[in-house]
Amino acid sequence: MFDVFEYTKPKRDVAVIGVGTTKFGELWDKGLKELVVEAGIKAVEDAGISGKQLQLLIGGNMSGGMFSGQEHIGALLADYLGLNNIPAIRTEAACASSSVALRIGYLAVASGLYDFVAIGGAEKMTDVYGSQATTTLAGAMDQETEAYFGTTFPGVYALIAKRHMHEYGTTREQLAMVAVKNHENALHNPIAHFQRKIGIDDVLKSPLVADPLRLLDCSPITDGASALILGPADTAKKHTDTPVYIKASAQASDTLSLIGRRNICTLDATVQAARRAYEQAGIQAKDIDFAEVHDCFTINEIIAYEDLGFCKKGEGGKLIEEGVTQLGGKIPVNPSGGLKAKGHPVGATGVAQIVEIVKQLGGEAGKRQVSGAEIGLAHNVGGSGATVCIHILGREK
Amino acid sequence: MTEYAVPFHWRRFKERYLLIGSKCEKCKRYFYPGRAICPVCRRSGSLKDYRFSGKGKVFSYTIIHVPPKGFEAYAPYIIAIIELEEGCKVISQVVDCKPEDIKIGMPVRACFRKIREEDKSGLVLYGFKFRPD
Repeated sequence: MFDVFEYTKPKRDVAVIGVGTTKFGELWDKGLKELVVEAGIKAVEDAGISGKQLQLLIGGNMSGGMFSGQEHIGALLADYLGLNNIPAIRTEAACASSSVALRIGYLAVASGLYDFVAIGGAEKMTDVYGSQATTTLAGAMDQETEAYFGTTFPGVYALIAKRHMHEYGTTREQLAMVAVKNHENALHNPIAHFQRKIGIDDVLKSPLVADPLRLLDCSPITDGASALILGPADTAKKHTDTPVYIKASAQASDTLSLIGRRNICTLDATVQAARRAYEQAGIQAKDIDFAEVHDCFTINEIIAYEDLGFCKKGEGGKLIEEGVTQLGGKIPVNPSGGLKAKGHPVGATGVAQIVEIVKQLGGEAGKRQVSGAEIGLAHNVGGSGATVCIHILGREK
Repeated sequence: MTEYAVPFHWRRFKERYLLIGSKCEKCKRYFYPGRAICPVCRRSGSLKDYRFSGKGKVFSYTIIHVPPKGFEAYAPYIIAIIELEEGCKVISQVVDCKPEDIKIGMPVRACFRKIREEDKSGLVLYGFKFRPD
């Protein structure tokens, strides 16, 4: 089914030497520029380097054009970060925009062409009214075969959810459990958009958006930015006592529209990217200690469990029900609160997942700390699965 | 939604009005929307226009309660993935069917309907929807 690529080892290993993030939420006093500068400065300070050492800047942003009327984001970021004249690139892959930025930065350092690279992700979503934000997000799906007929972005995931429930008996309550778990985890995350405990009934009584998905199945519209500094692995210990290494970086694509998919209950791009990532890291799904996965809608976390190999196909609902993925479970998923409760500033999400993984691996996650975390996985989806990026990070190379 | 100039819609009449996609003469696969290159046979394939019969079954569905701009008057409405009898799928609305009556596997047939109107230009957009067969 898939093309098989022979895996080539990178020329050198890459470390995350600094991380920074803003608070996530409706941040009315901050625009895109202020968000990026705040996250960027925190990352540079965390890495203990000077901005002058940075050689390349890559920023993920889904739609500065439609959210703020601003394109040409790469140079804008370099300008306001005071990094003028280094090359600056903006990457776009809908909600996976900044994972693609990370992956390009990883390739740049792994190739030996660059030593220190700044990776950012940002989205300023609340400067437009809700209907404009919805229209902008709908740009992640196929305009001519999905949006034209009145399909919404939650509608696409609802089509997936309905079929998954039909084929595997996944229940409405199991979907709700994902939201309940992620809200619970976010209670202990100071940057989270929501710090509010919810119950299964709250989800089941929230307004219908696209049946079977209700308001509390959906990630919110959030402002935020996150940043990372990448460097060669052999210099990492100069910058931090708890270096975190990128063990694998993988990306795969699929059809933009659901109608072209082999099976809408699986994101083939997740399966493919996971296979490449596990191969590069030399590990299996069972070796992952915790994961940050793309729960843009509750159904997507359940499908991610299956496609990442945490359980068999069709058993994702059972996995959440048995508590395997809650904090203290065998494989905690979304200890940060995930997109659902930490918030989902689309262009920032991929990098924000990495920020959480670095904090967890460094033992700095406070009450949401996954005990004994050695290896973490980040799973970031663009659209309904047309782009998927997977990164595996560890305390060892 | 952004309002686009007439050619943006006009060039899609064939696929939206007549449900025309393509068929690869080499591997006999059907595609909607039509493609220039067969993803299986690549350049050795031969794609020809193909008009689908319009008969199919509901593969999955949702009821849209929060509609996008331009669809407010229709909500709540049914959006479904229809598996056409030729084997490929389309996404569209199912009409002449109450939201509580739609089922996976239900036989449906394409019909020609108004989709929505543009705000300022007043352009009326048409296309296929499906109804119980």
